[in-house]
Amino acid sequence: MNIDLAAFRAEVRDWLAAHVPAEPLPSVDTAEGFARHREWERELAAARLAVVSWPAEYGGRDASLLEWLVFEEEYHAAAAPVRVGQNGLFLLAPTLFAHGTAEQRDRLLPPMATADDVWAQAWSEPEAGSDLAAIRASAVRADGGWLLSGAKTWSSRAALADRAFGLFRSDPAAERHRGLTYLLFDLHAKGVTVRPIRQLGGEAGFAEIFLDGVFVPDTDVVGAPGDGWRIAMSTASHERGLSLRSPGRFSAAAARLVGLWQRAGDPADTALRDRVVDAWIGARAYRLHTFATAARLGAGGALGVESSLGKVFWSELDVALHETAMDLLGPHAELRGQPAPDGRWLGDYLFSLAGPIYAGTNEIQRTLIAERLLGLPK
Amino acid sequence: MRLARSAEQAQFAAALHEMLTDADGPGADSEPGGDGALRAARRWAAGDRVPGLALWRTLAGLGVTALAVPEHCGGAGATPSDVVVACEELGHHAVPGPVAESVAAVPQLLVMLRDGHLCDEHLSTGWLRGLAAGDLIATLAMPPRLPYGVDADAAGLVLLVEADTVYLGVPGARHQSVDGTRWLFEICGEQVLARGPAVVAAAARALDFGALASAAQLLGAGRALLEASVRHARQRAQFGRPIGAFQAVKHHLADVAIRLEFARPLLDAAAVALADGSATASRDVSAAKVACADAAYLTARSALQVHGAMGYTQEHDLGLWLTKVRALVPAWGTQAEHRALVMAALTGEGGSPRS
Repeated sequence: MNIDLAAFRAEVRDWLAAHVPAEPLPSVDTAEGFARHREWERELAAARLAVVSWPAEYGGRDASLLEWLVFEEEYHAAAAPVRVGQNGLFLLAPTLFAHGTAEQRDRLLPPMATADDVWAQAWSEPEAGSDLAAIRASAVRADGGWLLSGAKTWSSRAALADRAFGLFRSDPAAERHRGLTYLLFDLHAKGVTVRPIRQLGGEAGFAEIFLDGVFVPDTDVVGAPGDGWRIAMSTASHERGLSLRSPGRFSAAAARLVGLWQRAGDPADTALRDRVVDAWIGARAYRLHTFATAARLGAGGALGVESSLGKVFWSELDVALHETAMDLLGPHAELRGQPAPDGRWLGDYLFSLAGPIYAGTNEIQRTLIAERLLGLPK
Repeated sequence: MRLARSAEQAQFAAALHEMLTDADGPGADSEPGGDGALRAARRWAAGDRVPGLALWRTLAGLGVTALAVPEHCGGAGATPSDVVVACEELGHHAVPGPVAESVAAVPQLLVMLRDGHLCDEHLSTGWLRGLAAGDLIATLAMPPRLPYGVDADAAGLVLLVEADTVYLGVPGARHQSVDGTRWLFEICGEQVLARGPAVVAAAARALDFGALASAAQLLGAGRALLEASVRHARQRAQFGRPIGAFQAVKHHLADVAIRLEFARPLLDAAAVALADGSATASRDVSAAKVACADAAYLTARSALQVHGAMGYTQEHDLGLWLTKVRALVPAWGTQAEHRALVMAALTGEGGSPRS
């Protein structure tokens, strides 16, 4: 909290201007791109910019939420590379800070900050998607730890990552939300098979993971056995809420969209112009809302079911914004590998389509909003 | 960054809410049931101004009409954020009368005319004192954006702005609005109050304040419509369950909650921008008006759908908000005009867009 906001913004902006690669890195979901993104993370970490919101002892700067938001704004405005470690940084790390042991934090966080360990998430299963509590993959007690078996799917970054975190059924007899345990495992361990899945854009952004008696020591259980659902839901709130989709991403995209309109828009097409304006207004609303939330959290407030409001809002905004860009590009929109400045739109559009699905579908979020925020009956 | 509402503002809103909900409050009459403000609105629509004017008196007593009036003119010299808090609560209770005009736009116009020595200082000061004290209600026509003077027959001060001139106006032909509580009058300019290029800037700022206040009313009306819909969906049973248990109804209302939630920060930020005299204040007001009007209109449609045929009757209170939202969406600049203004500001075109 003792970093001067404007000075911090200037430092981040200057550093990024000097270090962001002039040419975009190859896709993070290719072997070469993954390695290049790992190197980029090491550069960030060396400048103590990889994990600004973490405590200094783990490589951070003890930055407040507001400072983190400023960092993110500058990061996206500079069109800096995708964070290869984002699953770990934004989902696992907050969980470790809230529920992990000191030993786990000391052991796991430093290599996460430098991307020496890149983490994948392992929530979904073939039969447990929106109904996440239907998880079947099992954790069976063994000497000094647990043996994991079963299948996980749609695991982002798992094709190339080092380790993964997820929920496993450790007590088949317990009520379904209570028999789950939060476990960490090595993707290269004996008994793990990873099958990459190609996504709509053609690259293996996620994967299936098959586990066959994979040993995990007790030190890699987060929280108490059987308490995994509660712990994971606190992570999910982070994912839906502030950390996964910081407003900088949408502000930067909206500014680029206005630029695209100026270059390519037909001034007579007021319908398309209005969509550009609505995307910009939506990005501004999300930014203002997020800063207000950060201020509230900074003053001791808590983030609860209202994170679902934001998740639906940003994911729909992202789709609408990129659909508008596609329509502005017209017959050129389908072209892969366009040169700058329009090279990103197609890939970002495809990525935006996943937003209403991941981190809990928007239908699940709407039901949560209706029941928990508005008080409608189950 | 001042984004959240202060504790004082929350208290102010709560006090207004309590007064406007009071069944025995100033709007109440011999008819049983409902809150006082809603009954005053119904009587206003029927042409009886007595309960509504009593309600305005009470609002003045709580300081609402003094907010936009400077202290040296007997007012509170409050911030645009305070005006937003009040106007949102007035919209929340469908308070009848020229709210955006009398509480926001006219005081702002008079302050600009007075401070710029553009009109008789004695007159403008007297009117500002009257507004602050609750002795005066004002309305305003500014064609083409505000073609009519709302409730000019109930207003002690009627102004008309045309191009670079402010006139003291007189009400002419009367028309009905879809919102039964809005009586629309053609206004004729009778006497020139102020004229010149500086009037154009003053009028533009008055329009910003009016648009901000109407956006706040729309957000308040949206909140009321959502609350009524949630109440109804919990009580009304079909197929043996409350209709609010059906996912189609839940998802309609969740979408409404999302839109209202993300309109508010735009409104609050626009108020701060106006207070700070920010160069982007006009743009920010336009963005807020677009978002609040869209959110309120979506809410109105969903509220009517959730209420079914009951909501389509004049007997049900829902119609007070449904029709007010329909009337306010294009008031103080249409959605198309405001979107065009935002784009002009973003792309550095259009110079002074409201001139």
